[in-house]
Amino acid sequence: MRIESGRPATVSSGRKIPTHPPTVPLAIDDLTVAYHSKPVLWDVDLDIPEGKLVAIVGPNGAGKSTLIKACLDLVPKASGRVMVYGKPYARQRSLVGYVPQRESVDWDYPISALDVVAMGLYGRIGLFHPVRRSHKDAAMQALEHVGIAHLAKRQISQLSGGQQQRVFLARALAQDAQLYFMDEPFAAVDAATEAAIVSLLHELKEQGKTCLVVHHDLATVSQYFDWVVLLNMRVVAAGPTEEVFTRERLKETYGGRLALLDEAGNALHGISAIKQS
Amino acid sequence: MIWLPFDTWIVIIGALCAVACALPGCFLVLRKMSMMGDAISHAVLPGLAIGFLLTGSRSSLPMFIGAAVVGVLTAIFTQWISRFGRVDRGAAMGIVFTSLFALGLLLIVQASDQVDLDPGCVLYGAVELTPLDVIHTFHFVGSEIEVPRAAVSLGVVVLLNSLLILLLFKEFNLSSFDPSLATTVGINATVMHYLLMAMVAITTVASFEAVGSIIVIAMLVVPASAAYLLTDRLSVMLGLSAVIGILSAGLGHLGAITVPLWFGFESTTTSGMMACAAGFLFALIWVFSPRYGLLARKFRRKGKVENE
Repeated sequence: MRIESGRPATVSSGRKIPTHPPTVPLAIDDLTVAYHSKPVLWDVDLDIPEGKLVAIVGPNGAGKSTLIKACLDLVPKASGRVMVYGKPYARQRSLVGYVPQRESVDWDYPISALDVVAMGLYGRIGLFHPVRRSHKDAAMQALEHVGIAHLAKRQISQLSGGQQQRVFLARALAQDAQLYFMDEPFAAVDAATEAAIVSLLHELKEQGKTCLVVHHDLATVSQYFDWVVLLNMRVVAAGPTEEVFTRERLKETYGGRLALLDEAGNALHGISAIKQS
Repeated sequence: MIWLPFDTWIVIIGALCAVACALPGCFLVLRKMSMMGDAISHAVLPGLAIGFLLTGSRSSLPMFIGAAVVGVLTAIFTQWISRFGRVDRGAAMGIVFTSLFALGLLLIVQASDQVDLDPGCVLYGAVELTPLDVIHTFHFVGSEIEVPRAAVSLGVVVLLNSLLILLLFKEFNLSSFDPSLATTVGINATVMHYLLMAMVAITTVASFEAVGSIIVIAMLVVPASAAYLLTDRLSVMLGLSAVIGILSAGLGHLGAITVPLWFGFESTTTSGMMACAAGFLFALIWVFSPRYGLLARKFRRKGKVENE
């Protein structure tokens, strides 16, 4: 058994008492992850309130995807623990939905869009049980929800990037989770898909669901999300977008790189000013 | 050409072997680890030899178990070496299976001094001789039928593989397509991976004596790859790969007893011809497949250009 660092979780009676109330969808304590003894995430503490659309923002290599994967037990944790609605994640799998990066699967796999969506139900169907008509119907509904029911029978490589992303979202919808992890759902999608994803996120929020989204486009953060986690190996800041998503904090998160962008921007302005004069 | 009951058995055994290999082969191909089949089919050799040396008998069970264990160990070692040693996965595979294969050959050469276990047989098999080794005789419509041992053991493996894939179809499917999602919904992708490796190892051992290790590799990869070019559905791919495997066995044996005669040679080995037949069928499908064939792709592209 792993010895957990941080505050003790047991009292003298020996019974485990949750340090986080069961209304907190995601509580991360002292999470550290290392690849080949090089730390990728260092001592991450996070409490995510219910019903928020949360953007995880940070430079490349900041550990954004790793944070999601560590929460889902997809990469080993060096230390720390992850509680979902007050209990360890391993006991709450059915409450958690996952949208991996689009490039993480082989789109030439012999499978139709509908069958990919039905995969979201496999956990609930259970071992040895086959996929039934009712499951396919549920998958079809999820496809309708993201507006591509007419493509249900298509082999998945015959879909556009945006449509493929919608298939993944439909699969997450079919999972009918309370807490969603989405790894760059907005990466390389068309404008219509982007709008569809945003309205889907708001729908989930209205149902009291919580979404953690790895997001790259700084320009749309304050428009799409009401909560932000600024990450660069450590949590630089986390909180409501209007409080956390500030110029200073971003500079702190991106280090010199954002400053460099600024300088480049200023330089370009300078050049064009000279040309105009 | 003379066709004897003997020939029928050779084809049946070849077909059973082809089907037994083709089913797990589909998942190997889809997981882009076809060469793992190659590695395991070589690496099980020391397992076979140790099982044999420990029990001193050629009864199948200890050999099966020994080989299955070593087969899974091959996969585990490969994983470890590439993860902890800054060694590429392909190289790790090459290191593990050549070492184990060599060890197996040494053990077998040692053992064959005392008993009849032929290293050459391990590589090329002797499907032509399998009907001589009869395990079971029963009466059917007045005539006596003798069932070769290889047909029984391969039949059991075909049944086992089909049953496993049928029962765990969605688990194999999801853990092949998206192992991370599989893990998050509670399907242990690692367990599924090693289950597949064990399946490949057992299939390899059962097929060894009939067709030899080289043909096992062909049957693991070629029918599955050909089926992949014909369909967009995994279940259909599994079925088609079995059919292509059976066709390869039939064509292979037919070819072995006819083709060399045309050129004035004696008939050649069936297992060798089976692999050739599978390759031939693959080539046909690769060119003419209505979906992903060379010609279909060419014409489709032309059609597209004209439409624009």
